[in-house]
Amino acid sequence: MPREGILISNPLERLSGEQVRQIHDASIEILNDPGLLCFNKKAAEIFQSRGAKVAGVSGSDTPCWTVKIPEKLVTGALDSAPKTVTLGARNPDNALIMKGDEPRVFFITGSETNMWLDVDFPTYVNKSDPGKEIKVPEFQPRRGMVADLCDSAHVCEHLESVDGYIRTVNIQDKDITGDNKDVNKFFACLNNTTKHVMSGLTSLNQLDNVVKMAEMIAGGPDKLKENPIISFITCLVKSPLQFVDDTTETFMEVCQRGLPIVVSSSPQAGTSAPIKEAGIMAQINAEVLAGITLGQLVNRGTPVLYGSVPVRARMDTLGDSYGSIETSQYNIDCVQMARFYKLPNYSTSGVCDTKIPGQQSSIERLFSDIVVTLSGPQFLHCAFGLLDCNSVFCLLQAVLDDTHFQMIKFFLKSPRINEQELETVKKQIREVVATPQKMFINYIRPVMRSGEISPPYPFEGDGDSDSVFALANERLQELRAKPVEHIDPDTTARIFREIPGLLPRLNVYKGER
Amino acid sequence: MSEDIIELIKKNVIQGRVTQDDEGIEEGMVGQPGVTELIKEALASDVDVSGIINKGLTASMEVVGQKFENEEYYIPDMLASAEAVGAAMEILEPHLAKSGVKPKGKILIATVKGDMHDIGKNIVSILLRGAGYMVKDLGNDVETGDIVEAVREEKPDFLGLSALLTSTMVNMEDTIKALKENGLRDRVKIIIGGAPLSQEYAESIGADGYGADGFHAISVIESLNSGDSLDS
Amino acid sequence: MSEDIISMIKENVIQGRKTRDDMGIDETLSGTPGVLELTESALGNNISPEAIIKQALTPGMEVVGEKFSTKEYFIPDMLASADAVGAAMDILKPLLEESNVETKGKFVIATVKGDIHDIGKNIVAILLKGAGYQVNDIGIDVPEDKIINVVREEQPDYLGLSALLTTTMTSMESVIKALKENNLRDNVKVLIGGAAVSDEYAREIGADAFCADGFQAIRVLEEFETT
Ligand code: B12
Ligand code: B12
Repeated sequence: MPREGILISNPLERLSGEQVRQIHDASIEILNDPGLLCFNKKAAEIFQSRGAKVAGVSGSDTPCWTVKIPEKLVTGALDSAPKTVTLGARNPDNALIMKGDEPRVFFITGSETNMWLDVDFPTYVNKSDPGKEIKVPEFQPRRGMVADLCDSAHVCEHLESVDGYIRTVNIQDKDITGDNKDVNKFFACLNNTTKHVMSGLTSLNQLDNVVKMAEMIAGGPDKLKENPIISFITCLVKSPLQFVDDTTETFMEVCQRGLPIVVSSSPQAGTSAPIKEAGIMAQINAEVLAGITLGQLVNRGTPVLYGSVPVRARMDTLGDSYGSIETSQYNIDCVQMARFYKLPNYSTSGVCDTKIPGQQSSIERLFSDIVVTLSGPQFLHCAFGLLDCNSVFCLLQAVLDDTHFQMIKFFLKSPRINEQELETVKKQIREVVATPQKMFINYIRPVMRSGEISPPYPFEGDGDSDSVFALANERLQELRAKPVEHIDPDTTARIFREIPGLLPRLNVYKGER
Repeated sequence: MSEDIIELIKKNVIQGRVTQDDEGIEEGMVGQPGVTELIKEALASDVDVSGIINKGLTASMEVVGQKFENEEYYIPDMLASAEAVGAAMEILEPHLAKSGVKPKGKILIATVKGDMHDIGKNIVSILLRGAGYMVKDLGNDVETGDIVEAVREEKPDFLGLSALLTSTMVNMEDTIKALKENGLRDRVKIIIGGAPLSQEYAESIGADGYGADGFHAISVIESLNSGDSLDS
Repeated sequence: MSEDIISMIKENVIQGRKTRDDMGIDETLSGTPGVLELTESALGNNISPEAIIKQALTPGMEVVGEKFSTKEYFIPDMLASADAVGAAMDILKPLLEESNVETKGKFVIATVKGDIHDIGKNIVAILLKGAGYQVNDIGIDVPEDKIINVVREEQPDYLGLSALLTTTMTSMESVIKALKENNLRDNVKVLIGGAAVSDEYAREIGADAFCADGFQAIRVLEEFETT
């Protein structure tokens, strides 16, 4: 049985059917004029051979072509792209089945942050009342390491509302290089969670080793096809409208192998896309359609997700503002576009602008988490633990986020109103009204333990000081202490024998006979 | 035999089952006798009343209290158990004197005139009953005169007054004055409660105690009880 | 008359209007000449390049900087003004060189090999141009040997390198090594920036400075210019 996700019965929509259509038409027009700049030769050739108008750009240092994609290529790709994409998992009960026309949401971690935030709880004594002590969290950023990635995958394995795992932290150990980063990254994730694992690829020459490792774990090439325990994400199109050489190459290679991949585009309204909603929407939709079209030309029927990470620029630095309200609006628009094409959608929520957990981070993330979830993306890259616009990851924040998502999940349960239920309560009402005290307390009890009543906020303190962080930290330590089901010893031994570049310290059976 | 039935009573108090129709926490108990039925059965088979109270009721409320403290039980569980004990005490009352059990005391409780809030007062009543007191609830929006009459007639050991409005809490002071005027003030200990009240307010109007919630009310009443012999 | 043109240039720098087609903040200015046209007519009226810079462009940018720090202006305003100043400087530079007036240094900027992030680099380039530096942006994904060649040929005072990926930042180290090997390291100050790098990293690879943003780059360059 795959994971259930949460089915949104009345998805939130911002765009009218007509507006969706208008964006689609504008995107189709943009794909034709100006088209895309393509820095990848092979991709340009593929487009040309299938009838796109391709012309070399003269005077450019790096070889580059303009590609004008006709509508029929796009419609063909939209036809052949699978409407249901399965993301498998080491534990098959954790598989995710995403149907483009069904707004069933799965919550997945995300993004490769460079910094890892350690949390400490020094104690402070009240100046005027030395008897009073409080614990105040202190946050210390440092570069992420592979041990942190293992730690994060392990904790996310136990976070109830996390449905799948995108590597959260960039591994920057001294012995990690371009040539061994991908295998170690994937192994660290796969070995510490039994949920689905998605990641970007650093070097194309590692792809075969990564796939081979996944095949060993899944039980062979056919088993991996059936149960794709890994998937990939690439930004093959750089906004505005440019196929990047290396990521496009990676994308085509993954498509060739038929493994699921997110076609992600991340325009920033104001800098790499128009500041106006109509503009960024027409552009991002064109960019994603261009990517999907290329994927289907490379390998008809290969599974792709419509990926969107649109964001608005902040006016004071022109950096990203994930916390801005528009960012949520664009993401919801993208969910609607993907649903219009009946393709499963990868959308973003929950990233905050602030650098440390606190009021601002909670407010920004909860806002976007709620509204974007309501719109019903299948793959919600909801940024568990991410801070500072995707630059910092903090496990404490991930634990807090888990409770946010449990609240959202609870909220989205469908109402239990039916004849039988109404009969029961009418009886209760008649009975209670006839008593002198007129209280329904007795009927609470059976409901109270059935899961029908939402739990209290788990990190509520005594009211005199805010103990949310301290209590969440206790929970984090509990989760860390829980065991995780690693890859079995035989497979591990085989992986370490046959896959070059793996760091010996990642072998949990090392030293055991 | 008597051991068995006391065990059953204890179990059903912990499960919070007043009658055989109640669900309890464990599955499949509906239809089996609840506390009411079991007490009647125990009386019919001449089980010692003090044994029923001490081993069956008081001991089990202690277990319930512990479970509440451990957060295994919530307030509704506590109230259901208290209600079961209350129902048991009502049946046992006529038998107390002849079996030499000293009753814990009688309490009248009311929400004062002009005030319709009664959720808190109801909870307090149930908990006091569960603690073994005989509680008579006069209801809400009760005229001062009616309270005075009830004190005169029922001769309670305690009078509990509830008020949730700053505009009605002054009626507590009036009630105490009226009791004095009627020469009844010394016959009864007065304890007050409700959101706008406080210990200071209780003192300022000459009440004997203030209860912040039902549990506090029990301990306040218990300390008033032991600090003063209340043979009536 | 010359007073007027100078103050109009300054006003248009503050408004961020490069040419007559640009919109400023004050809508009534649409269609009137911008900084470029005004600079040309100032030169036509025999106003010296030095006066244009010292009395119009620099004070104009100072006002913009103040408005930015009081949050009246946002970065896009700042960039528009910097862009206008940069365009004026393009006209004035050759004249200054002719008249031997001392100018601010020459800055080559690139995003390193393997990295295609350029939003940050572009912003830095515009701001530096606006601050009066002569900036040559050689693009993204620039291989090390190309950077070396440009340094050799153009002899810039400064080399700015941008990297956003931890996998590409190592290319900065290679560039510095190659500069040394080609005996060019002492001719040029190397500044690095981008989300992947830090102060420590700059020290580690022997760069002259790390800059968190374009403003810091301006401050750092000013220090270099005075020492
Ligand atoms: C529920 C409620 C109502 C319900 C009452 C339902 C009912 N069956 O009781 C309704 C909707 C009918 C109601 C009406 C009104 N209410 Co009202 N109500 C409340 C509310 C939200 C909760 C009260 C409650 O049940 N709490 C839960 C119980 C479990 O707690 P409790 O009552 O405090 O009881 C505990 C203790 O206080 C103590 N205790 C209580 N009594 C006693 C007695 C003894 C002897 C002891 C020992 C202990 C004890 O033990 C209890 C158990 O732990 C309060 C808000 C609040 N914070 O209290 C407002 C509140 C009391 N209401 C208020 C108001 C203004 C009104 C109205 C005037 C509104 C209107 N304009 O119509 C009317 C008044 C009607 C009237 N004449 O009384 C105000 C009072 C402000 C003031 N001026 O003092 C409050 C404070 C809300 C507010 N902040 O505005 N109300
Ligand atoms: C926008 C963006 C993109 C866009 C780039 C568009 C463009 N035209 O540049 C796209 C979508 C194409 C993209 C692609 C990828 N990206 Co990207 N991207 C970003 C993002 C979200 C914002 C960068 C940005 O523009 N910031 C705004 C500008 C204004 O800020 P800035 O660049 O930092 O520049 C300022 C300062 O740093 C400084 N500065 C910068 N350079 C210089 C140079 C000098 C000389 C000086 C003095 C100062 C200076 O001044 C600037 C102005 O204030 C960052 C996240 C982040 N937090 O940085 C990820 C991020 C950098 N990307 C990341 C990744 C992984 C990728 C991809 C590999 C994704 C993939 N799997 O396909 C590809 C890489 C492709 C490649 N080969 O380069 C990761 C990098 C992690 C890592 N491993 O190091 C990041 C950190 C996101 C994340 N957390 O996962 N990306």
